[in-house]
Amino acid sequence: MKISFVLNGEPVEIDTQPDRRVVDVLREELGLTGTKESCGSGDCGACTILVDGESRLSCLMLAAQLQAREIHTIEGFEQLGRLHPIQEAFVEIGAVQCGFCTPGMTLAAADLLNRIPTPTRDEIRAGLAGNLCRCTGYQKIVDAVESVAARGRHEAHSTEEDR
Amino acid sequence: MRNVHLPETIDELWNIWEHDPEAVVYAGGTDLLVMLRKGMVNPSSLICLERIGELKGIRAEGEEIVIGACTTHTTILMNSLIRKHVPVLAEAVKVLGSPPIRHMGTIGGNIVNASPAGDTLPPLYVLDARVEILSREQSRLVPIKEFILGPGQVDMRRHEIVGGVRLPASPQYAIHHFEKVGRRKALACSVAGMAAVLNISDAGIVERARIAWGSVGPTVVTSPAVDAALEGRPLSEATLKTAIPLVENAVSPISDIRASAQYRKTVSGNLLRRLCRYSHSAHTTRAGHK
Repeated sequence: MKISFVLNGEPVEIDTQPDRRVVDVLREELGLTGTKESCGSGDCGACTILVDGESRLSCLMLAAQLQAREIHTIEGFEQLGRLHPIQEAFVEIGAVQCGFCTPGMTLAAADLLNRIPTPTRDEIRAGLAGNLCRCTGYQKIVDAVESVAARGRHEAHSTEEDR
Repeated sequence: MRNVHLPETIDELWNIWEHDPEAVVYAGGTDLLVMLRKGMVNPSSLICLERIGELKGIRAEGEEIVIGACTTHTTILMNSLIRKHVPVLAEAVKVLGSPPIRHMGTIGGNIVNASPAGDTLPPLYVLDARVEILSREQSRLVPIKEFILGPGQVDMRRHEIVGGVRLPASPQYAIHHFEKVGRRKALACSVAGMAAVLNISDAGIVERARIAWGSVGPTVVTSPAVDAALEGRPLSEATLKTAIPLVENAVSPISDIRASAQYRKTVSGNLLRRLCRYSHSAHTTRAGHK
């Protein structure tokens, strides 16, 4: 079955089985191994992607459901050789240990910040509640997301002052 | 290989079933695709309902609020009609699964799945929801209590779907409360959950109470005896305490990997007892953990 969608800003067409899981399409057909699989049952968030801007689990989506959707994976977060602000914050604050949960965490954080640009720590915890980190480095992850939000606030503030 | 159909209208769905009668429907996929992966089900083909616009959205219709079956939990959580008229449902959805599960999972899916631990079900019971069931030939409305027959069992025939759920906008309740206890605060199947809607007079007397528990019986547990024990009395710890034996009598929990039957029984009573803490707030939610 031919399936057309937009992947990280580029239109793509794939020919695959309609009932393949999206995580397998991404990893095995498209070679985008940034999207991880851990539990395969929606409990861990490692396979989180953005579908039309909203976080979803690619282990619980079938290839046919990609048709005409706009998909973002971690591979699309770096732009022109520069890390996304969420990624920069994860690096600076040390929110990465083994790294396995990091792509999912990053995408979950992007979804959260799209909905709530300046979340409280409790809102950050609730927003990342679907993503497990087995190194249990949650503190730094929350710190990193908080710093992105703070920076966003700062940038908005300075832009206003510049005017 | 299975075919996966993606109808965009309900008519398209009926046509697909005409040509592919064994196809199984799913909405968010958060339950069916897990069972498929585990080999618990093996349908020859699938129909994904997520693109059927007619099955999505929330609207006021006369004296009712109508929620389309394929409306996601996130949409319910953000919706102003729900927050205004039936906040107990928003409070339950807030602690259901996790953000991505709420972005995918739908209320229709939660109803049809008929899990004893389904978080939207206790609110739907206390609100006297009616489930709208569609087939090519007809539609019918069934009260939620009659629709859910047992764990995973619902009053649905071949080639029917749930079109939506209807919630009466009246009576209006002043207190909407949902509390769930699980092993973790998120992504946890509830060990026990309780939805409560109440009206309290100016003098502090309970005028009307509707309470329902999840995860402590094969289906949601309601108890006219408990409701009656609260009505006509002040919403105080003393009143709630007298109702606890009635709660323990009404629930029929099992022991499983999450909790023992006795623990669930105790928690069911304590969830009711805690209601007096919330008697002054308009609506409240809590997701606790053991």
